[in-house]
Amino acid sequence: MSAVIEEHHHDDHHHGPDKGIMRWVLTTNHKDIGTLYLWFSFLMFLTGGVMALGIRAELFQPGLQIVAPEVFNQLTTMHGLIMVFGAVMPAFVGLANWLVPMMIGAPDMALPRMNNYSFWILPFAFGLLLSTFFMDGGAPNYGWTFYAPLSTDYAPPSVTFFIFAVHMMGVSSIMGSINVIVTILNMRAPGMTLMQMPLFVWTWLITAYLLIAVMPVLAGVVTMMLMDIHFATSFFNAAGGGDPVLFQHVFWFFGHPEVYIMILPAFGIVSAIIPTFARKRLFGYDSMVYATASIAFLSFIVWAHHMFTVGIPIAGELYFMYATMLIAVPTGVKVFNWVATMWQGAMTFETPMLFAIAFVILFTIGGFSGLMLAITPVDFQYHDTYFVVAHFHYVLVPGSVFSIMAAVYYWLPKWTGNMYDETLGKTHFWLSFIGVNVTFFPQHFIGLAGMPRRIPDYALQFADWNMVSSCGAFLFGFSQLLFMFIVIKCIRGGKKATDQVWEGAHGLEWTIPSPAPYHTFSTPPTDMKEAHG
Amino acid sequence: MNRVKRMWQLGLSLLLFSNVALADWSALNLRQGVTEISREVYDLHMLIFYICCGIGVVVFGAMIISMLMHRKSLGVKPATFHENTNLEIAWTVVPIVILLGMAVPATSTLRDMYEPGDADIDIEVRGYQWKWQYTYLDDDPAKEIQFMSALMTPQDEIYNEAAKGEHYLLDVDNPLVVPINKRIRFLVTAEDVIHAFWVPDFAVKKDAIPGFVHESWAIVEEPGVYRGQCAELCGKDHGFMPIVVHALEQDDYDAWVAEKQSEAAAIFETVGKTWTQDELLAKGGEVYARNCVACHQVNGQGIPPAFPSLVGQGVTVGDIQENIDVLLYGRAGTAMQAFGQQLNAAEIASVVTYVRNSWGNDTGDTIQPKDIHTQMASQ
Ligand code: HEC
Ligand code: HEM
Ligand SMILES: [Cu+2]
Ligand SMILES: [Cu+2]
Repeated sequence: MSAVIEEHHHDDHHHGPDKGIMRWVLTTNHKDIGTLYLWFSFLMFLTGGVMALGIRAELFQPGLQIVAPEVFNQLTTMHGLIMVFGAVMPAFVGLANWLVPMMIGAPDMALPRMNNYSFWILPFAFGLLLSTFFMDGGAPNYGWTFYAPLSTDYAPPSVTFFIFAVHMMGVSSIMGSINVIVTILNMRAPGMTLMQMPLFVWTWLITAYLLIAVMPVLAGVVTMMLMDIHFATSFFNAAGGGDPVLFQHVFWFFGHPEVYIMILPAFGIVSAIIPTFARKRLFGYDSMVYATASIAFLSFIVWAHHMFTVGIPIAGELYFMYATMLIAVPTGVKVFNWVATMWQGAMTFETPMLFAIAFVILFTIGGFSGLMLAITPVDFQYHDTYFVVAHFHYVLVPGSVFSIMAAVYYWLPKWTGNMYDETLGKTHFWLSFIGVNVTFFPQHFIGLAGMPRRIPDYALQFADWNMVSSCGAFLFGFSQLLFMFIVIKCIRGGKKATDQVWEGAHGLEWTIPSPAPYHTFSTPPTDMKEAHG
Repeated sequence: MNRVKRMWQLGLSLLLFSNVALADWSALNLRQGVTEISREVYDLHMLIFYICCGIGVVVFGAMIISMLMHRKSLGVKPATFHENTNLEIAWTVVPIVILLGMAVPATSTLRDMYEPGDADIDIEVRGYQWKWQYTYLDDDPAKEIQFMSALMTPQDEIYNEAAKGEHYLLDVDNPLVVPINKRIRFLVTAEDVIHAFWVPDFAVKKDAIPGFVHESWAIVEEPGVYRGQCAELCGKDHGFMPIVVHALEQDDYDAWVAEKQSEAAAIFETVGKTWTQDELLAKGGEVYARNCVACHQVNGQGIPPAFPSLVGQGVTVGDIQENIDVLLYGRAGTAMQAFGQQLNAAEIASVVTYVRNSWGNDTGDTIQPKDIHTQMASQ
């Protein structure tokens, strides 16, 4: 083993990082690109977060105080777009870049130059998207779902820039996922079978296939919009013989797999963290893999559960209800497996574990409201109310976002060679945990009581809980500055981390030194016993 | 110092506690509503909710026990088991059974909702940016009742310059009126973008989509006032297009119908007479405030480029016939609607007069309702 490490040091000498800014512009190193993705994602998280706080400030009280209705719609739309495409997705790509090669014993990603391109497209895509705020007519204001014809005939002129930005994001995602697939399928260390891969690698492999399948659909739908707007076609224009509902079918054929794109890698992260801190192997590895694959498959055949109120015939309503309910089965299997992993372990509760456990509990709550939403006749009452807002924030914030934070705390010592400040980490966790629940739990109530989503002002009976929700949002939002502080502090120094970092950690990434040298596994590892926990 | 501290305490407790304490707890759940269907939906909602609670107790219970008992600090040694096929099968099959238990009542409720049947009254519901139009369909077009229904909450309540009324944002000028115990069919469609017609107490929510007519129905069992809102993002004032339904006893409903029909006759008369410019301007101001300010603003300046200014430029100071045509037929593919379908001749004439003689526009024109009427009739 030590001979291998020697060799890395030797490598280091000749192929260390360049100096200065050009290191980041030209880099083809998976670790550098991972870092770029993660910082970019955090910047977008703060940007989208500021917009969310703007929305919550307006909703603190009934009446119009801070933003005009047309600006409010721009804020909700851009918040949604930025959080989905700018914060969550790039964060997972960043984690994949850092971790997939280290977990499968590969020296780098398979297509390093393309890796560089797929990152550097993003700042331009989001720069373009954000610049629409300064254009005549303002930024996109038709919701992150941009239903036609509100997003075509009735859209502000900036819609063309929005379409172009979406195309750029799509190109970036597709290149990123091709890279992940090729890396995983071709660059595993000799002797590592598919069923020996860590679950994070598995979930990302499946996610990458989802991305390749649906990003072209998204590109298609925005291109049809472009044609309707500029080239006098009528795909979505009823007056010209088109069909506005077609838009929704195409959009959600992309959109539903998209929500699994934002959660499958999270499943992988949690499946790595819980065994480590329970000091016990993951329960039901095989069934976890099969459950992930079934969820991915089902995600393609349930899209119209977002469209129960558009007037689908009863046979269609029933089919989409049953298919959607079915997703609860593999999802349940995952949750049960995590609980069984904890059962009779010897647990400790460091920050990553706290985030992972909170993930399991709060994601499950989001799953419950999801199950309720699947029941067509009651969805008629929930649809497009704050109940839905509560539901998807429970799966996205304490779901995807918590898993990303858990991952950062978990692997940060490996990346930087330093331990983060545990007390501060726990403080950050508890502030976020309380903040998230105070923000989003009451939204179940206001939704059931009848408050529609995407409105800048509301009737008086919703006032109390909106105020509570806004307070929670500010608590959650400002806690993230503490997160930034903790990460920067850890990068700059701290207690030195050991190679294994965590007592119960298993996997190839823990066999290399901390911090991980610039080049790892130039010679493939041979011992696969450690491959997954 | 003490005062500051007390203020803080007061503020905090106000925020966190009294709000929660004062909150109307009955307003935390779905409404049972006033139709058989809405009660069925409510029961289904509660059933699924309780099942979820049950599963939650088991799953979270196991996690909590595990977190309390299986901690390293208690000196436990971790077990080594990591798979069990029987267990995996069990927790695949049991959830399927539970889901079947949910699917059965859900299917039957959905079938009830879709149950075909002859309607006693057909009402066409048409969404516009940002108001509703209701048309009571009748084989005899002369007997058709048609009117627009828009938000009535005054701007100064919205902008916090006046105390907010009890039905803040949930009040309209012309509510939809229906008789109780009759099968009412809503034929839902839209003129411009997608809206959604939602009355929670009837468990009716249907997207209003341009080019499509979808139906939904309700048999209201209790007289009363039922309020809902547009439920699909439809642009700037999506939050400001409520739905109010008055359900009346049959006699009261008949009286309302008679009144509506005589109103129509009265309007017919006013259209026939010759109006002075002052009359037109007064009426035009009202029409403008109710139908145009959302886009063109009180001062006529609009919100360019989405909504153009009507001051000192374009057709309002240009060709008079073009101005009338814009109002009657709208501009296809833009938010400017065909008001000829929403307003009567007197309203069109007066609002055109108004925009041509306000905010510094001084064409001096007066437009007579009877001329507009002739033009509308010739279509
Ligand atoms: C839903 C928003 C909306 C409402 C409500 C609305 N308008 Fe418009 N109006 C528009 C838009 C958008 C245009 C520009 C159409 C175009 O691009 O040609 C327009 C154009 C016009 C024009 C032509 C301006 C020109 O010089 O070309 C007139 C006149 C006008 N509106 C008057 C009215 C009046 C009077 C009312 C009330 C009865 C009204 N509008 C209500 C959105 C609206
Ligand atoms: C600080 C935490 C957050 C707060 C306070 C917050 C708040 C809000 C609010 C108030 C809305 C508008 C709801 C409406 O009017 O319909 C909204 C919408 C939305 N949020 Fe968040 N949000 C947060 C984090 C996130 C994250 C992390 C994601 C994604 C991963 C996300 C995804 C969305 C989406 C997709 C929408 C829908 C946008 C639309 O209606 O088009 N949010 N959020
Ligand atoms: Cu979905
Ligand atoms: Cu609306």
